[in-house]
Parts: sequence; structure tokens; C-alpha cells
Amino acid sequence: MSALAVRSLTKSFGGLLVTASVDLTVEPGERRLIIGPNGAGKTTLFNLITGELRPDRGAIALFDRDITRVPGWRRAHLGISRTYQIITLFPNETLLRNVTLSLLGLSPLRWNPLARLDRQARLVTPAREALARVGLEHLADRPLAQTSYGERRRVEIAMALAQRPKLLLLDEPFAGLSVEERRDVLQLVTSIPRDVTVVMIEHDMDVALDFAERITVLHLGQVVVEGDRGAVVAHPRTQEIYFGA
Amino acid sequence: MSLWLVLAVNSVTLGGLLFLLSAGFSLIFGLMRIPNLTHGSFFMLGAYLAASLIQAGLGFWTAALLSGLLVGAFGGVIERLLLRRLAGAELAQVLVTLGLSFMVADVCLKVWTGDPIRIATPPALTGTARVAGLTFPIYRLAISVIAVAFALALWALLDRTRLGAMIRAGVDDPAMARVAGIRVSRLFTIVFCLGAWLAGFAGVIGGPILSVYPGLDQEMLPLALVVVILGGSGSLLGSLVGSLVVGFLYNFGQAMFPELAYVVLFLPMLLVLVVRPHGLFGRQPV
Amino acid sequence: MRYLALAAALLLLGTLPLWAGGIYYVNIASQILFYAVFALAINVLVGYAGLVTLGHAGLFGIAAYTGAQLLNGGHGHAAIAVGALAATLAAAALFAVLALRGTGIGFVMITLAIGQIVWGVAYRWISLTNGDNGVSISGRPSPLGLSLASPASFYWATLGVFLVAIASMAVFVASPFGASVRGTRDQPRRMAALGYHVWLIRFLAFLLSGFWTGVAGLLYLYYNQFVSPQAVSLTASAEALLMVISGGSATLLGPVAGAALVVIMKSVASAYIERWNFVLGAIFVAIVIFVPEGMVPGAVRLGSRALALGRPRVPAALPAADGEARR
Repeated sequence: MSALAVRSLTKSFGGLLVTASVDLTVEPGERRLIIGPNGAGKTTLFNLITGELRPDRGAIALFDRDITRVPGWRRAHLGISRTYQIITLFPNETLLRNVTLSLLGLSPLRWNPLARLDRQARLVTPAREALARVGLEHLADRPLAQTSYGERRRVEIAMALAQRPKLLLLDEPFAGLSVEERRDVLQLVTSIPRDVTVVMIEHDMDVALDFAERITVLHLGQVVVEGDRGAVVAHPRTQEIYFGA
Repeated sequence: MSLWLVLAVNSVTLGGLLFLLSAGFSLIFGLMRIPNLTHGSFFMLGAYLAASLIQAGLGFWTAALLSGLLVGAFGGVIERLLLRRLAGAELAQVLVTLGLSFMVADVCLKVWTGDPIRIATPPALTGTARVAGLTFPIYRLAISVIAVAFALALWALLDRTRLGAMIRAGVDDPAMARVAGIRVSRLFTIVFCLGAWLAGFAGVIGGPILSVYPGLDQEMLPLALVVVILGGSGSLLGSLVGSLVVGFLYNFGQAMFPELAYVVLFLPMLLVLVVRPHGLFGRQPV
Repeated sequence: MRYLALAAALLLLGTLPLWAGGIYYVNIASQILFYAVFALAINVLVGYAGLVTLGHAGLFGIAAYTGAQLLNGGHGHAAIAVGALAATLAAAALFAVLALRGTGIGFVMITLAIGQIVWGVAYRWISLTNGDNGVSISGRPSPLGLSLASPASFYWATLGVFLVAIASMAVFVASPFGASVRGTRDQPRRMAALGYHVWLIRFLAFLLSGFWTGVAGLLYLYYNQFVSPQAVSLTASAEALLMVISGGSATLLGPVAGAALVVIMKSVASAYIERWNFVLGAIFVAIVIFVPEGMVPGAVRLGSRALALGRPRVPAALPAADGEARR
């Protein structure tokens, strides 16, 4: 049983074919890296997997369960979490509240109009723990707007991990980070336990290569190369796309 | 039989008038993404200004052109002084247009008082004509002709000129248009002026049929709203078709179900919204 | 400290008829209170859900008209309350389903259109609503046998309802559901990815807003003993929206302050200035351009700076019109 199985996934915007019949299979616990030049359709692929976009054709299966017709919000309950290229958290809220919101999303409490959110230990305690896991517990009561970009990226990953996903999608997690911040995030990412399957989009190969076991190269919406790290890096097509004409 | 025919002709006339009104509204909404709630006020203001100009001795057409220009200029001032300050905050811009509509309505009430003012039909177009064995008021036929002429002119503007190409690009994809180097803020001013001018001119043209009175703005604005939702924003064809549909709905609705006149008018619009949020011809959903 | 201020406010409000200086002022206070309930209700959508509505006077009017017709049909006040609120909730559900077809500006336009339909029905469907002449009622409810005929007693009843309303709002804001609603305002895409059903959250927020709007509409009916299409007009919706944005959306006291501002201005203005509509429009424009976050957050900002009480919160401005979630 594969963790994620994408078959013939196709998506067009107007006349532009952004995802061109993509096939992708990721095994449980795998560390997959998706790379490709700008405009290759990587983020669109993520948006299709999380349900933000509906495909024109094709199918998506999560642990052998067909989720093509499942609405986006339900996919989170089925075990998919993601981060975004541009950090879209809640700037007016504290770090603790941001992570609490993430836990609340999967909890039936989210419909409760009477309880006090701050007093819900079963949400707030795990939220603190999630922050501690990324080394930010000391900033729990700081408003997000007053933290650095690197800290926010770690909060975002904490939020995604707090939901105990089976499949974690990371969209360019290293973008905009300083060298030290990259090291921190890389350490975070490599320490994720094996019961979480991780698929990462990255543009910067230097950092991401350490993480990847298998690599898929996208170009103009199509899969052009796929395989083990070594094989893909050495492949002439990869060289061509990144360095050549 | 003849009642239906009269209703039909009146519907086409109203449709033509609505087209002049809503073409501008549709362009503004399509390009700037704001429903201009001052649009009804432009219509009313144009009619009031023309009424005064005619009373001062100007001819109908001169007054029409002049008041159209005045309203257009007023629109330009609004856009540059107020709306541009709020560039990017569409909601704030909508609320400003709402506030302005109240201000304009009140000023008109003060200046022209509460009595309805009739604008006389231009002398050359009074009377009736026989077309295909039936009698129609010439002026109503003239409105339809004017509307068609403007439809063609606008289509030519949008399809054949550089300005039109820029407008269409802006309607289709504002972000891309900016990247392509189009001076979007100046385009906004031009389109807003154009829309205001059309609305003001429409108000004058409609004067002989509707008269002008306080509350005219509140009656015309929802009609423009319905036309654009039905026809789709930023689409000229949509405005034309939508205007005709609304013209018919309004007149026949009034005649057949006077108590439900408004419901007859808005219900199809709501249906379109539920089934096809783009409107009949629009590119983007409402 | 806050509890002291709260107690003082309650004391002042509770004893208002004793110190206000005349029936006229007691009546103004009553109006402020039920309009404040209306503004709080609208704020659930505008401030907390980020959905601006220009048609809420439609719901307000449905409650008032339903109440009036039920009362004139010979029903008791309890039945009227239930009937009017049920009708308002049903209407709110319908409006929500239609309005949520649009996002951002589209939502505004659809609520505007719906509001106009309700106005059109009130104005034209004469056999149902008596058209321009409006519907009169006589009498007010007598809860627990106490008459509400006098201005003071009506004031106290309205105060009671207002306190329940604002308390329930406070509970809502602090609740998990309240946090969900605010989340959909700030980051609808992110919320969907976190597992929140954004459409349903917005729908339920609309119902909550509709409920309290209905309550306000009933109070309006009992206060005026009359309802006409005027109560359902675009002007009425605009005034209500102005109450929210002038006071400050996404705060509890903002809509209350805004209601006070608009009611006082209207009453005072009609005495000295003939041109209320012009003033209304001008205030609208001025606030949107210069103080978009409203008076209360603006005052908090200035006040805490003056007292150097530390960093104030980032003020909530008008919701961005492009807050959308894919459905």
C-alpha cells in the first residue's frame, strides 16, 4: 500500500496546462523531494493533493483510499497537513494560539460556541508541547507579528506536525531563511518520525538534497525524471533543466 | 395584443437605457472590482443638470453632452481624490461610493427640491411613427437606436483601440496587466470617468421618459446591479443581453404582478447567482 | 480594575432613568440599546467573519413585520417572539446560502440585492405589508405581569436584553467557534487546510447574526409601535453598517459606541441640521478614509499610548475584500 498515489492528474487554467497527466507514487515513510524550475507546476500539484483545487482529470489516493472527490477540509481529517511557500498564519494571535488553532481544526470542539478556548487543556497542552518540539516554547505568548521569519516557519511546521499527519507536504520550507535558520529547519525536518510520510517541494537544491531519498523532477507540468537521489542528480535531463538550455 | 406590444416596445426602450447605464457600471466593476454605488447618483445628477441647462436655454443635445461631461468630470474627481487613496482596499472604496451616493442625493434634494422635473422630449423626435403597420413614439425608437449606436461604439473602443486592449487586459487579469506595464491607476481614472459620463448621459436621455426626482438614483442602481450580475461583469454583450432581460422583466412584471414587481426582477438574478456565479457571459464569478 | 469599570457602567446604565433628565433622553437610551444589539449582530459577520453586509436591514424588517402581523392577528407576545425569530432565522438561512455564493465584494453585492428585494416586497406587496403606510401595532408585552408601557420600564427591559446580547457575544468571542470564525476571516485557505469547514462556519455565523438582528427588530417594533418600508431601506442598512465601522469592528464595545454615535447624531441632527443624509454620507466617507479601524480601537490606541501601557494590539481594519476560500 502506498502512502500517496496520484494517477494521470491534469489541471488547466484557461488555456494553460499546468499539471499534465502526472503520475506519482510515494511509499509510507518515504522522504520525497519534488523539484523543478519556476512554473513547473509544483505548488499546483500540492494544491490538487490537498483539495484546494479540483483536477480536470485523474485520481488521488491516500493510503489506498480514493480522495479525488473528498472536499479539501476533510482531507486534513484524513491525515494530510501542509505548509505554504508564503507563510500564512495569524499575525495578531500569539504563537500558542496559532498552534492551538491548528489542533482545534481536527477537534469537534471547533463548533462549540460556549466553552472558553483558553481553558481547554486538551488543546492548549499539546499546543505547548508542539512549540517545545520546535524550540519555541519560550515565545508561546508572543504575538506572531513580533517574531522573526525563521521562527514563523518553525511555528508553521509545528502546527502541521501537531495535527499528527500521515502525509506532510512542505512547500519550499527553506525559502527566505538565513543559513542558520535553514540548519534549524533542516534538523527539524530530518527528525520527523518515520510514521509520517514527507513530500517536499524545494527550489534550492543544496539544502534539500540532504533530505531527499527519492526525487521527482517536474517541468512544464510533467514528470520528466524520477528515481533515487543519486540517479536523478546525475541524469542528463536534470542537468539540462537546471543548468542547460 | 396591443398592450403586450406596447409593453414590449417600452421594455426595449428601458433595456436600451439600462444598457447605457450599466455598461459603465459593468466596466468599472470588471476592471476595478468595485460595484460603484454612486452610479445611480450619476444617472440622476446628469438628468438634473440637463434639466437646469435646458431651462437656461440650451438645446436638448447640447445639454445632454454638457451634463454628461460634467458628471464625467465629477467622477474623475471622485476617483482621483478619494478612491485612489484607497487603492487596493476594494471594500473601503465601495463604502466610499455608498457614502457619496447619500451626499449627492441630499445635495440634489436641496438644489432641485422634491418635485419631479420633466425634461421635454427634443422637438425633432416628438410624435409617432408607423413602422411595419404599428404606431410607436419616435423618441422611444430613438433611444433604442442610440443604445445600439453606443453598444457598437463601445465594442469598437474595447476591441479595436489600444485603450480598449488595456481595459480588457485589466479586466481579465489585473496582476498580469500591471506586470505588462499598463498604468493601471490611470486606466482606473479613465474608466471611472467613462462610466460616470455614460451614466450621466443616460440620465438625460431617460429624462423625457422617466422624469427626474429624488429617489431615482435608488431605483436605477439596483437595476444596474441586476444587469451586471445577470450578464456578467466586464462583458459588453452581457450588459446588452442583461439590460434587455431586465427591461422586459421590469415592465412585464409591473404589468402582470404589480405586488411582486421587485421579486420578479430579482429572483432570476438570484437564480443565476446560484447556478452560474459568473453571470451569463462573465469571466470571473461575482 | 476592569471589573470596577464594569460595575460602574452597570450602575450608571441601571439607574439611567433616574438621572437622565427627562423622557426624551430615556427614549434615546432605549434606541441606542436596541440599535446596539443590531450593530453587535452585524458585527458577527462584518468584524468577526470578515463578511460585509449591506442588506441586514432586510432581516431586521422581516422580524419587525412578522411580529407586527402576528400581533395584529391576535397572537400573544410569546408566540410573536417565537414566530418572528423563527421567520428571521429561516430568512437568514436562505440569505446566507445565496450570499455565500459570492466571496468578498460578491458577497456585498448579493446582500445588497437581497436587501433591496425585501424592501421591494415591503414597498409593493401591499396586501402583505400595507406598503408605504406601514403596519401599526398597539401594546407591548408584559413579562411577568410588569407593564412596559412607560419609557422607563421599556428602557429597563431593553437594557436587560442588551446585557444578555453582549454577554452572549463575549462568550462567543472567547469560544472555540468564535476562534474558528475569526480564523476564516484572516486566512480562509489556511483554515480549510487545517480541517475547518469554512462555508459551514460562515453559514452558522450568519444564523447567529440573524438571530440577534431579529431580536433587535422586535425591540424596534415594540418601541415605535410601527414598522414601515423605511426600516428596510438601503439607508437603514447603511446606517447599521456605519454603527459597526465607526465604532470599530471586531471589538465588543465598538458597535455599541457606534450605535450611540449614530443614534445621537440622528436625533441631534434632526433638531439642528436638516440634511441628515448628507451628514451620514460624509461621516461614512470620512471614517472609511481616516479612521478605518473605528473609534474604539482608535481610542484604545491613543489611550494606551497616552498612559504608556505597553504595545497595543494591531487594530482590525475593514476586512480585506479578497478573503476567499475555494469551496
